[in-house]
Amino acid sequence: MTTGTVTRAQLSEAVYQEVGLSRNESADLVETVLKEIEDALVKGETVKISSFGSFGVRSKGERIGRNPKTGEEVPIEPRRVLIFRASHVLKDQINEGLGKSKAKKA
Amino acid sequence: MTKSELIMRLAESNPHLYQRDIERIVATVFGEIASALARGDRVELRGFGAFSVKRREARIGRNPRTGDSVPVEDKHIPFFKTGKQLRDRLNGVEGD
Repeated sequence: MTTGTVTRAQLSEAVYQEVGLSRNESADLVETVLKEIEDALVKGETVKISSFGSFGVRSKGERIGRNPKTGEEVPIEPRRVLIFRASHVLKDQINEGLGKSKAKKA
Repeated sequence: MTKSELIMRLAESNPHLYQRDIERIVATVFGEIASALARGDRVELRGFGAFSVKRREARIGRNPRTGDSVPVEDKHIPFFKTGKQLRDRLNGVEGD
């Protein structure tokens, strides 16, 4: 069944079907997986999930931005941003699945 | 942190679970995200972020070494947008 958007609910359901824990515990574990990844990233660690991709944190310096509506210059503070690099396995899986020109509008 | 370290950390905080169940949980989570993207679906995990697929048109690329023109077919690339809550946490805003 394709709903267009997958959320925590579907991930929990998949874990429930796959592992045979209770629905509640499956939902908790999905949450814990995400939380462990977040905590590692907040500490500045890179998170590498083989055959899926890696998440890393990059520090950006201050720069001058512009309010596109008013044209006013605004300083953009130094900040940390998250970058995701998909593995080749994931990229290939997506291109196999979607083939050419088949993607829905995201 | 690698996938196996993630599994170790989850095993520590869930001593009542078998390691192979934890391995299966982690594989299921990433497997579901990957197959959703391969169907062209979006994966939205509030607070964490959203995965989606973007299409790149076919284009004429160039071999950077020789300068030759090379046709590049259209393709799809996975894209991740960080959720607001995680973005804030990365910048020391603890909210919640």
